[in-house]
Amino acid sequence: MTNYTELDHSIQARDLEVVRGGNRVLDAITLGIRPGIVTGLLGPSGSGKTTLMRSIVGVQIVAGGEVTVLGRPAGDPALRHRLGYVTQAPSVYADLSVRDNLEYFARVLGAPLARVDETVAAVGLAGHAEQVVRTLSGGERSRASLAVALLNDPEILVLDEPTVGLDPVLRADLWRQFHGLADRGKTVLVSTHVMDEAERCDELVLIREGRIVADGPPAELLARTDAENLEAAFLALAEGPA
Amino acid sequence: MSPRATLATARRVLAQLVRDHRTLAMIVVVPPALIALLEWVFSEQPGRFARVGPPLVGMFPLIIMFLLTSIAMLRERTSGTLERLMSMPIAKLDLLLGYGLAFALVGAVQATVTATVAFWLLGLETAGPVWAVVLLAIGNALLGMSLGLFLSAFATSEFQAVQFMPAVIIPQLLLAGLFVPRDAMPAALERISDFLPFTYAFDGLVRVAADDIGGRLWLDVAVVTGCIVLALVLGATTLRRRTA
Repeated sequence: MTNYTELDHSIQARDLEVVRGGNRVLDAITLGIRPGIVTGLLGPSGSGKTTLMRSIVGVQIVAGGEVTVLGRPAGDPALRHRLGYVTQAPSVYADLSVRDNLEYFARVLGAPLARVDETVAAVGLAGHAEQVVRTLSGGERSRASLAVALLNDPEILVLDEPTVGLDPVLRADLWRQFHGLADRGKTVLVSTHVMDEAERCDELVLIREGRIVADGPPAELLARTDAENLEAAFLALAEGPA
Repeated sequence: MSPRATLATARRVLAQLVRDHRTLAMIVVVPPALIALLEWVFSEQPGRFARVGPPLVGMFPLIIMFLLTSIAMLRERTSGTLERLMSMPIAKLDLLLGYGLAFALVGAVQATVTATVAFWLLGLETAGPVWAVVLLAIGNALLGMSLGLFLSAFATSEFQAVQFMPAVIIPQLLLAGLFVPRDAMPAALERISDFLPFTYAFDGLVRVAADDIGGRLWLDVAVVTGCIVLALVLGATTLRRRTA
């Protein structure tokens, strides 16, 4: 499908298949994701983005094929220190403060407690550290959840729609941070269904109905389809002949 | 397995309880208040409170910790925090033992307060040592906690979890001999009660209260301990790293 060698990839899926309730949610997914760039997983809701991310993290029961992360099978215990995963719904304790949450997860991860203040600041919650999560706004909660994944500075970051509902200034700031992490050699995989975010990715994987429609840098996808914007390119790629 | 993750989990569970002032207040106020009510209810019938009171002191932590844990674990499952933890370097047993440690501590506080009110303020008397009643009560807190952890896997909503009270707890209390002694029950019910953990938790308390420290008490303690371990192991199998 792509022309760079497998050795370059920190995440590799081959013929990945996931069946849920008799439905084929992912069908023959083969892809490679490189470190050092931000890869965007783009597709409509229900296309299989979350399932693909869960398969990479190793929390999804898969029906066939294989996924390797940093050369190990997805879900390998050795990867639990090296991968950060942020689910779409914020998974933090609503009845604890932001700081309590981060200190707990830092202890579980074995990350130094000094990282707590750093990550709180990195996601723009410095003024809310002592606030109970339940009293935060939706966007603040998802940033608290994002902070947990940054605690131990993992090599692989899998972020499921991390910027939904955030104000544009904050969104731009987080995207700068994702690129900053990529520049430091991390693998950053971000899902989105918003086209203007897709433009911020170095590499895009277009997914629809559990299949990969196309992949490549945004500019290349635009050139390939002769489309004016990514939305039109997506349409052309999804409907046109393969 | 890592003591660091176990202790961190215990600390986190306690922090959640401490922030919830009303729950905390109910944990320490409701059982002694119920014991006082019971004393009042039985005040016209001499001897009845003396018989039911002491074992009941030790049964509260079992019931309350069971309900608290099943709801806490259900929340952990439905809020996504369990899935997050399962993608992190924490052993399933670390998580379970962390819960165990936290709820044993809460159970100990509850049992101590309840025992203080019952045995000093209300003048309830036991033939056996009061500290042994408190000790068994802490064991019961652990039993309730481990059963709650395991059974939470069978509830998908808090509406279901609270109904474990009438579905799981009340039948066992009835069959354990709280109202009718087991040997006065129909033979079939007595046979069924042989297989229920509450029977041994209750019998141990009755024996300690009567200063009947002997073989049968150790059997009770052994069965309760076995049930705690079994429920923890079964509970661990319901924590899945991978889900559909």
